[in-house]
Amino acid sequence: MSYIKTGYLEYSELESLQTLPDEKRYQEGPVAVIECVQNIPCNPCEASCKFGAIHIGSPITNLPTIDTRKCIGCGNCIAKCPGMAIFVVNKTKGRGIASVSFPYEYYPVPKVGDKCHAVDRKGEYICDGTVSKVVNPASYDHTPVVTIDIPIEYANEVRSIERGYQP
Amino acid sequence: MIHKDVLVIGAGPSGLSAAIEAGKAGADTLLVDLNLKAGGQLFKQIHKFFGSSAHHSGTRGYEIGSLLLKQARDAGVEIWLQSTVIGIFPGGKVGIERGLDNGEKDLVTLKAKTIIIATGASENAIRFKGWTTPGVMGAGAAQTMVNVNHVRPGENIVMIGSGNVGLIVSYQLMQAGCNVVALLEAAPKVGGYSVHAAKIRRAGVPIYTSRTIIEALAGEDGSVCGCVTAAVDDHFQPVPGTEETLKCDVITLATGMKPTMDLVKLAGCALKFHGPLGGYVPIHDERLETSVKGVFVAGDSTGVEEANTALDEGKIAGISAAEELGYISHEDADAMRSEIWSRLDSLRLGPFGERRMKEKKAMMEEYSETVKVPAAFQ
Repeated sequence: MSYIKTGYLEYSELESLQTLPDEKRYQEGPVAVIECVQNIPCNPCEASCKFGAIHIGSPITNLPTIDTRKCIGCGNCIAKCPGMAIFVVNKTKGRGIASVSFPYEYYPVPKVGDKCHAVDRKGEYICDGTVSKVVNPASYDHTPVVTIDIPIEYANEVRSIERGYQP
Repeated sequence: MIHKDVLVIGAGPSGLSAAIEAGKAGADTLLVDLNLKAGGQLFKQIHKFFGSSAHHSGTRGYEIGSLLLKQARDAGVEIWLQSTVIGIFPGGKVGIERGLDNGEKDLVTLKAKTIIIATGASENAIRFKGWTTPGVMGAGAAQTMVNVNHVRPGENIVMIGSGNVGLIVSYQLMQAGCNVVALLEAAPKVGGYSVHAAKIRRAGVPIYTSRTIIEALAGEDGSVCGCVTAAVDDHFQPVPGTEETLKCDVITLATGMKPTMDLVKLAGCALKFHGPLGGYVPIHDERLETSVKGVFVAGDSTGVEEANTALDEGKIAGISAAEELGYISHEDADAMRSEIWSRLDSLRLGPFGERRMKEKKAMMEEYSETVKVPAAFQ
């Protein structure tokens, strides 16, 4: 369990601790990836999903599980997770492009079309990306959800963007 | 002399929710706090809270603070701010240095039938060479600066301690525009929730476990210009030859908290040492009554936890005080408490809560063995 020493999850570690969408599901459309692996007392993600795709139940320290058949990748859970540990990955954009959506609570709020440096779970530069969507309604309570387009081979690694990057 | 049914000392999450419950039940309730604003730490908490919907999960701390203040007003709770309790005397007499609207202070003695002590916790410091250098501060102070006063403590921060406070304050300092150079943790693993650690890692903050600060370096102006860190061995001793220097202008310490005990000591409450709860704590029963009859405790002052458990403990204390005075029947109070206790028990499950749950249960057992029946305040 290296994440306890390093503070971040390797994808292989995440796979062993959480149920992730399989490649077949990724090919069917956008889907949520839950990166919550400790039994902490927290459950707003469960209520945030109007499709009933996320389950925690009782006790509240259960890990969330996702039914990827019910998930449509809407991303509502992203802003609701207080741990900012849910992402939506879309590998069906074509032309070798995938998109990754993540919560982003820093200024300046990115704008559609911005060029960015995509970073992995340990904050290291992975590839260049382009902001393709920014959703920030009042119901998200100041947690903008940013979507960036990146080369598809990095879709399981990219989880944020470099702060303050200016091309 | 002013007479009150219930005096609640400390207007943080536990004190506010205690006052709300007592007020709702019909008790004449006064809530006092030494700060300019009620809410305790809630107004510094700009992040969304964990927990269940019963605990306002997903809501930011300052919004919970505003909600509780409104509920307190609706429940008819009287609130005195800038008011410091300076003495608790036999018979429920309490001395308060009361802040007045004109900025002056007045000394007031009042008599309370029951007292709820909800004075929270204070930060621990660690000692190292240069620890008094300007620029070394508690993580809580840095958090107050950015989130309440909107002032950055500096540009480049080194955070000491990887509990949830260290992780969350690091994140909030970055939100305020600071750069967090590194986070050091003397233990071999991250202490707080991995999701909080992940948040600052992907923002580019390195976390060094088994490493601590051994010296703060001062620049020409006498304030912090860097720090020396070293790897530590299994006994937390610095390993010679592993020193590294980091450049920074602020060093923030998030190295644990301990319950604020001054008033429970004055009230003569029996104390016991419980390391996992932060040190000495006033022991209490399932009604949150201390060894002194009519004196209740709630929140961090009876074991350092987090806001959700403080909110629930406050409710129990408020219900019990109202029950003590006959505003709530014993049957109703028992039913209300048992619902809250089952919620508290579920909050204290899992790898982070279990130790505290065990410790709390052990403490309540000590109470039933040693105190049995609370005695009148002598």
